[in-house]
Amino acid sequence: MAEGKKKSRIIPKKYPMPEQDPNERVKNFNEVPLGQDAETITLEAKRCLQCKESPTRKLCKDGCPVEIDIPGFIKQVQEGNFSEAMRIIRLKQNLPAVCGRVCPYENQCEGNCIVGKKNDPVGIGRIERFLADWERNEQKKGKIEAPPSTGKKVAVVGGGPAGLTVAGDLAKLGHKATVFEALQYSGGVLVYGIPEFRLPKEIVKAEVDFIRRSGVDIKNDHVVGKLETVDELLEEHDAVFIGTGAGLPNWTNLEGENLNGILSANEFLTRVNLMKAFNFPDYDTPIRVGKRVVTLGGGNVAMDCARTALRLGAEESIILYRRSDAELPARREEIHHAKEEGVRFELLAAPVKYIGDDCGNVKQIEAIRMELGEPDDSGRRRPIRIEGSNFVLDCQTVLIAIGQSPNPLVPMATPDLKTTKWGTIAVDADGRTSKKGVFAGGDISTGAATVILAMGDGKRAAKAIHKYLTEDPSWPDAETFEKASC
Amino acid sequence: MCANMYEIVKAEKLTPDVTRLEIAAPHIAKKAMAGQFVMLTVDEHGERIPLTMADFSAEKGTITIVALEIGKTTKKLGTLKAGDSLFSLVGPLGMPTELKNYGTVVCVGGGIGLALMYPVVRSLKKAGNRMISIIGAKNKDLLIYEDEIEKVSDELYVCTDDGSKGHHGFVSDVLKRLVDEKRKIDEVYAVGPIIMMKVIANLTRPYNIHTVVSLNPIMVDGTGMCGSCRVIVDGKTKIGCVDGPEFDGHKVDFENLTARNRRYLAEEEISLRSFMGAK
Repeated sequence: MAEGKKKSRIIPKKYPMPEQDPNERVKNFNEVPLGQDAETITLEAKRCLQCKESPTRKLCKDGCPVEIDIPGFIKQVQEGNFSEAMRIIRLKQNLPAVCGRVCPYENQCEGNCIVGKKNDPVGIGRIERFLADWERNEQKKGKIEAPPSTGKKVAVVGGGPAGLTVAGDLAKLGHKATVFEALQYSGGVLVYGIPEFRLPKEIVKAEVDFIRRSGVDIKNDHVVGKLETVDELLEEHDAVFIGTGAGLPNWTNLEGENLNGILSANEFLTRVNLMKAFNFPDYDTPIRVGKRVVTLGGGNVAMDCARTALRLGAEESIILYRRSDAELPARREEIHHAKEEGVRFELLAAPVKYIGDDCGNVKQIEAIRMELGEPDDSGRRRPIRIEGSNFVLDCQTVLIAIGQSPNPLVPMATPDLKTTKWGTIAVDADGRTSKKGVFAGGDISTGAATVILAMGDGKRAAKAIHKYLTEDPSWPDAETFEKASC
Repeated sequence: MCANMYEIVKAEKLTPDVTRLEIAAPHIAKKAMAGQFVMLTVDEHGERIPLTMADFSAEKGTITIVALEIGKTTKKLGTLKAGDSLFSLVGPLGMPTELKNYGTVVCVGGGIGLALMYPVVRSLKKAGNRMISIIGAKNKDLLIYEDEIEKVSDELYVCTDDGSKGHHGFVSDVLKRLVDEKRKIDEVYAVGPIIMMKVIANLTRPYNIHTVVSLNPIMVDGTGMCGSCRVIVDGKTKIGCVDGPEFDGHKVDFENLTARNRRYLAEEEISLRSFMGAK
C-alpha cells in the first residue's frame, strides 16, 4: 500500500461501491449498495488531501449541517483507527449509519471537496457509512457512559431525525430527554417514509437503540396534543422541543382524486415501510399496485414510490413531472437508480383529472403536456400548459408525491404557539418559539426538507436549549415572532 | 424501539362474534372523551386498525373496546384473554362528540355501533339533553349494550330484523314514526352500518334535523398523515381521523365511503382465510 502522506498522484475516481444488479434488485427490498470492506475504505480515505483551513475557500466540513470534523475522522481512517474516527463522528452526529446512506453529500461535504474540483470527490458519505456499520458490528451493548446529570428535564415531541438529534445531544450534556413518538416505532420518516432498500429498518432500530442507551427515554404510541398538551409537558419539564415534521400530504385537488387506487405517497410508503405490506400476508397490512403505477412528482419521495412500486410487482412504473429532467428535485443518485431499474419518466406533463371505472377504482389519468417559460420565484423555469395536448394513461394506481405540509396536530392543540402562513411553527435563529421554554425544529419549522437539515436544526436547538437551561433563561419578545410569521 | 405493551384486564364475548376487551391504558383513559377512537395493533405483524372506544374510566385506568370478529385482526382480538397484551395502542384520537344541550337528542344505533353509541348517549345525557335511544340488531341475541343504554336514556326503542324483540323492522322505521308524530327532535346521532347511517340521514334531511354520523373509513396511522381515511363531506375532502370521525350526515358522500371501504376486500379475504386455515 502506498504511503498515505505522499500525494504524488490523486486517484481520479472513487473506489466503486458494489451494488445489487438492477434486474435482481427490483425483485427484492434489500439494500441497493452492498457496502465496502475496510481495505477499500482506507484507500478511499487516502484520496483525501487533508486540506488546511482557509478563509478564502469552503472545505468539506463547512458543507456539513451537523458540523462533523470531516478531515479529522478521515485522517484517523487513513491511519486505520476506525474507533477513533467513529468517536470524532459521534461528537456531532447521532445517526451516522442513516446519514451515511441518505445525506445529499454531493451538495454538502463532497460538494466542497477540493479533490472533487477535477476528479471524483472523496467518498465521505460512504466512509461514514462504513464506520457506522463497523461500529454497529463491533460495539458492545450496554449503557453508554453518561455525563453527570444536570437534573434538567426536556420533553421532545416527535421521534424523527430532528427530535432524536435534540435528545441525543441533550443526553451528552447531562440533561434528561424524553421523546414522545406517535408511532409504534421511532425514527419518523426514517421508518415510515424511506424504503428498506435505501435504509434498512434494522439500521434505524440500532441507531435508535444507541440513543436510548445514551440515556434518552422514548415513549412510543404517544400523540402529544391528544394526550398531554404542550402546557402540560411544560409543567413537568424545563423545556419542550417540537419536531413533529411535515407529515401532512399535499393533494392535487383534481377531479376524481378520491377514487380507489389513488394514494398519497405517505399512505403508500407507510403501508410498505412501517407496516411491511411487502410481506403481505405474513404481515397483515395489504397493498395493491396493479400493472401500471403512475407517480406524480419528481422529488426523492417520488423516486422512492416509483421504485417501491416495481418491487411490489408493477409491470410499469411511470414518473409524471411537470418540468424537465434538469429540474427534477430528487438527488441525481436516486434518479439514476430509478432509471437503471426501469422507471419511465414522463417529463413536462401534469395531471388534469383521474378517470374511474364503475366500482370506483381509478383506471386512467388524464395529463397535459407542458413547456418551460420564464424563471419563477424559485428560480426554476415555470411550466406552462400546452393547450390541447391532453393525453390519457391507463393505470391501476396513482401515487401523489408532490410534497408534504407541516403536521398541524401540535400547533392546533397549542393556540398560543405562533405559526406562519405556511403552517410552520415560527422560530428565531435558535429555534425558540413564541412560547417561553418551547423550541421547534426540523420540517415543522422549516417546511419539508431533508433528514440532515432537520438534524442540523436539532443540533442548533439542542445548543440553544442547553444555554437556556444553564446560563441564560431570557426569551425574545413577541414581536420577533410577529415578523417571522408574516 | 419495541413498542409498549398494553395488558388486557378483562376479555369476554358479548355474542359469539363480538368480543369486548377492557385494556389497561391509564394515560388514554384520563384523556378520552365520547366519540373518540384508538388505533391498535394486536402483534408485531398486525395491521393498525381504528376502534371507537365503548367505554373509558380514569379511575380504573382502563379503556374498553368492542369488536365484531369479521376480519383477521378482529378475529385475533377475539382470541385474546385477560393477561394478554396488545403490541400497540394509540389514542385518544379524532374529535370528541360535541357535547352541548341541544334539547332532545335521538341516538340511533345498529349492530356493533351500539357499543360506540353508549358513551355518546351517556355524555349527551350528562350535558342535560333529553335522550331518546333507538337500538337495533339482526335478532335479540345480537343486541348488545341494551341495559347500559337504557340506564342513560329517557326513552328506549328496541328493533330486531327478525322481530325476536321489540319492533319487527329497522331503526329507521321507529325514527320515522317519531318524526311523523311530530315529536320534538333537536338533534339526531347515528352510528352503525354505512347503509343505516345513510338511511337515517336521508330520513332527517327533508325535516332539517341536524344529523351527526360516526364514520369508519380505513385508516393507517390515525393521526392525519396518510389520507387513507379521506371522506367527501359537502363536496370537500376531509380527513376522517383528524376532522372526524363524526360528520354532518346530510353532507357525507356515502357512495364514495362505501366504495373506499371495499378497496382491500380481496386482500382481507386472503388474510382471513390464511388465519382461519392456520388456526
